[in-house]
Order: sequence, then structure tokens, then C-alpha cells
Amino acid sequence: MKRSALIAIGLVAVLAVLGAGAAYYAWEPEIPPVDPGKRPAFDPALIRRGAVLAALGDCNTCHTAPGGKPFAGGLPIPTPFGTIYSTNITPDAETGIGRWPEAAFARAMRRGVDRERRHQYPAFPYDHFTKVTDEDNRALYAFLMTRQPVGAETPPNALPFPINFRPIVAGWKLLFLREGPYKPDPSRDAVWNRGAYLVEGIGHCGACHTPRNMLGAEKQGQMFSGGDAEGWHAFAINHQSPSPILWDATALAAYLRQGWHGMHGVARGPMAPVTANLANAPDEDVTAIAAYVASVMGEASPERREQSDRLISAAKPSGIGDKPQSAGSQTVPPTASGDLGKAIYASTCASCHESGRPVPYGGISLSLSSVVNSDDPRNLINVVLAGLPAAEGVKTAIMPGFAAVLTDPQAVALLAYLRAEFSDRPAWTGLEAQLREARQSHVALKTTSGPGRPTSETISEDKP
Amino acid sequence: MTQLMVNGQTREVDADPDTPLLYVLRDDLELHAAKYGCGLGQCGSCTVIVDGEAALSCVTPLLLVEGRSITTLEGLGTAEDPGPMQQAFIEEQAAQCGYCIAGMMMRAQALLQKNPDASDAEIREALEPHLCRCGTHMRILKAVHRAAGLMRAASAAPAKGAA
Repeated sequence: MKRSALIAIGLVAVLAVLGAGAAYYAWEPEIPPVDPGKRPAFDPALIRRGAVLAALGDCNTCHTAPGGKPFAGGLPIPTPFGTIYSTNITPDAETGIGRWPEAAFARAMRRGVDRERRHQYPAFPYDHFTKVTDEDNRALYAFLMTRQPVGAETPPNALPFPINFRPIVAGWKLLFLREGPYKPDPSRDAVWNRGAYLVEGIGHCGACHTPRNMLGAEKQGQMFSGGDAEGWHAFAINHQSPSPILWDATALAAYLRQGWHGMHGVARGPMAPVTANLANAPDEDVTAIAAYVASVMGEASPERREQSDRLISAAKPSGIGDKPQSAGSQTVPPTASGDLGKAIYASTCASCHESGRPVPYGGISLSLSSVVNSDDPRNLINVVLAGLPAAEGVKTAIMPGFAAVLTDPQAVALLAYLRAEFSDRPAWTGLEAQLREARQSHVALKTTSGPGRPTSETISEDKP
Repeated sequence: MTQLMVNGQTREVDADPDTPLLYVLRDDLELHAAKYGCGLGQCGSCTVIVDGEAALSCVTPLLLVEGRSITTLEGLGTAEDPGPMQQAFIEEQAAQCGYCIAGMMMRAQALLQKNPDASDAEIREALEPHLCRCGTHMRILKAVHRAAGLMRAASAAPAKGAA
């Protein structure tokens, strides 16, 4: 109700700026098609650079449907405005971008206009990709044009009027698109600038980690304050990070590369394919991303640092090999208490989460967990229900899901107990409704890099 | 005493509420089909069906399933009169050591009860939490497809005095 009212107000605002937007953005020309057969060969080094950039930009994650061919599009992307389908960016002449010259590709990246001059929806995050340099666009183009062409029609978007009228996007761009490549900050070193370029540009981290306004644009004053991603909460990655353990550049780099960190837990949900791609990215790029994000997080207050140190020394995780993998499975703490949530935790969760076995083979001590300490309970709900399914092609932690055995009252009791026991934060409210929503949402539970989700390895298969 | 509905019968169990369902089934009720594999919910050999959904009985304490309906492999048929899932696994000779097979069959049974026409991709996705170290995966997949066919044939045939 409230959301639809907000959207209606938003639509009126968009219409109001439409005229001005259309004037400002004038008429984009159609760029003449090229004959894919006559495209000159690309330098292999350029293609390899493009492959790295495509991995850093997670192109495969949106542009591949579950079970589909890499980059052939067709993934439904749920937005508050309706469902948008990702497009086929293989070089297929009829259904892909095979007839696009480099200028058309560069224009799409820079300002969200396709070869035929139609405005693209910002679900394609050109508000970030606009920062990508011409040289990098050339490399990305070379990479994409040398993929296997796949004939796959993109399903029509399911958007209501007037959002289904593409020129309206010109007004959105007038309001929210700051066009132009990344400008290095001369007061910062090269590593920081490389990180900022990747994070704000091709990596488009803010697309999930920054909250959006009613028009679906990232809120300028709240960069990296946490946002939404397909039924999951993308944690704040600035000073508002809910992590009880302070992040630093070393921990961030390890987490981004391997998809988990012993003191922070496991990347799952829509973050899983991101870390799967970063697993094969160059060290210096992952290090630069980590350095920039650590600088965005800033210096922690002495109180937070003290709390973090206290939790680390209390958790005392053992090293790999210190304990047999089955340690703790038979030594469940006693449950002589009337608290249902505590009884469920002790008998169901503790055998892994209190075992002392290190992440990712054992469960993380939940007092270290951002999921439990976040003010948004959706990630914990998703993980309790669906677990951490085994992912195809990548090494990850796994956890069984409990959707089948936990009734709603049992699940709510467990969630409330975890929050009270393992966090200093106030209790969550509205758990029943969020639990029902997560149970009904296939999206939330399917985006876990399960079967058919693209991984970095499925891309490298058809490297030239 | 905790009451459970196991394979269609009401059973009373005298066990601590934090006892894993697997121990209750094997030790108290002497139903030995569900197997203890890893005890951590990571191998699938302990799988049973709780209210129509596949569940890992080694990480499901008794307190979560009080009064609920539980089906084990014993509930799908007997050696003399196997159910379609068991018949299909026999016909495909899908077991080598057989330790994982009870869990595989229960997961597949839960899938086909909800989705009788499950595709190969759906069967593979459903069975993903199950490990088989003998490597009979291809026969297991064939057996599940065969079971789906047997179930379809049985439901298409006129009822002949089935309970």
C-alpha cells in the first residue's frame, strides 16, 4: 500500500522531469550495425584483460539464466517496479550484441543507450559503468565479442505503464546519472585509486550496498550504508558495518577472494557469485578493492575496537587440523531451560556452531556474525531456512537448511534467542511476517549459487 | 513421553527432547533404514520425510517434531512388497554398499510426491545434499526416473483394493 503510493508519487515526479530530460539528452542517434563476420581479430592480450574486467564486474551473474549458457541473458531481475530480464550479451547477430560496433558498446556503458538508440533501464548499472575508461570498455568489448554466440531471445520485461515507456528513463538519467569516467583523487595513492575505480565503476558494489530512493536511484548521502539484493540485505560497508569484528584490508581481501573469513563468516546469497568471480581475479585488483573499502569503513572508535578485540579473544577459534571434523557433534550443551529458542539452538545448531572447528568446516561462533548483529534479520532467516547449499564449481562452506522441520513459532523462537544471546543490538520486530515472506520467496532461497548459477569456472571454459 | 506419528502409526517415545530424531528412530523405535553417516547434516544418509518434506534426522532434535508425521524407508514398502521407489532401485541395481541409498530414496520420494514429473535437472538439484562414495550416481538417477514412471503407471491404473 504505502510502497505503491510512494511509487505513484515517484512516477509523477518522473513524468515531470521527462520533458526536460528528453530535451537534455536530446535524441540519441542509432549507431549503424556491423557485419559480425567482418569484425577484425582482437589482440589476445586485450581479450584476457577484458576477461578480468568482466569477472570484476560480475557480468555473468546477471547475464546468465539459471541453467543457461554464460552471457546469454534471460535472468529475471525483480525490482520494486516490476521484473526486468537481463539481455543476451553474446555476439549472436540476431538475439545478442553481435551487430554492435565498439562505439555502441561504449555508449551503453557510458550512458545506458543501446545500439538502436533505446534508453536502457538502470537495472543495468550504467550509473557505475559510466566510470569505466574507454580502454577498459575496449577490452570488455573484445572479450564479449569472442565468446560463443548463443541464440537466445530475451523475454519481454514485465513493467507497468508508464515505466514500460523507455524515454521516461531519460528523465531518470537527468536526475541521477553523473556521466563520465572515474577521475583519480591525486591526494590518494595508486592502490586506493585503483580500488575506488573498480568499486565505484565496473564492480558496482553500491548497486546493492547503497540504499535506493523511491525512484530506484542510489541515495547520494548514504553511500555504502547497506541496501537490498534479491530478498537479502547487503550489509553496510562503511562506518555503519554491523560486523562485531572490525574489518581491515587484509581480512577483506581474504574474504573477497575465498568467499569466507574465519572471523566474519561466509559470503552467501547474491554475494556468493561475486566472491566466486573474485577467486580468479588478479591479486593486485582484489587488494586494491579491499584497501578502498577499508578506507571507506574508516577508523573505528576505541569502544568498537575494544569490543572487537574482546570477542576475538573470547571466540578463540582453533586452527585447521586442531580438532577432528566431528568434534563436538556428540557434546551438545544441556537444555534444561524453558526457553524454546535456546533449546533449539543447543540441540540443533550448537553441534556445528559451538564445536570450535574453524570456518568454513565448522560453523562460525555466532557472536562474531554480522548476520546476527545486523538490524535487518532477512539474511539470518534465509540461511536458517535454506541453509548454505553446496555450490557448483566453487569450494564453500555448507549448512543444512531447516525450512522443512522448523514451524513458524519454532523458527521465531530460535531467531529471537540468537539475537538476544549473540548480539547487544535491540530485538528484531516483525519476524513472523518476514519469515512468511522468505518462505514464499523463491528468489531469496534460489540465489545461492546453486546448480546452474554461473561461476568463474564456467566462463573460463570457453576462453579463446 | 513424546508422541510421534511414524509411518502412519502413533508411537510414544521416552527420550530427552534434545535427542536427535535419528537416534529415536534407530534406538527407540528400532527402525534401522535411516543411517548415521556424518552426524552433521552434510551427507544425507539419515534423511526421512517430515510432514511431506525431506529432513536430515541427525540434526533434527525430537523437540522439533513432536506430534508430527514422519516417514522412514520402512514406510515405503517391505522386502516382500516393495513400494515403487524401492522397486525402481532394485530394478536398476542402484546400490553398491547401499549406505546412502535409504536417504537418497527418501529425498527422491519427497520430491516425486510434490512433483511427479520432475525433470532430470530437478532430480539432480534435489539430490545434491546427498553423498555416495561408491559412485553409483548414474544408476541412482536412472532409478529415480524409473520410480517416477512406476508411480505414474500406478496412479493411471484403476485402483485395485489398495489401502
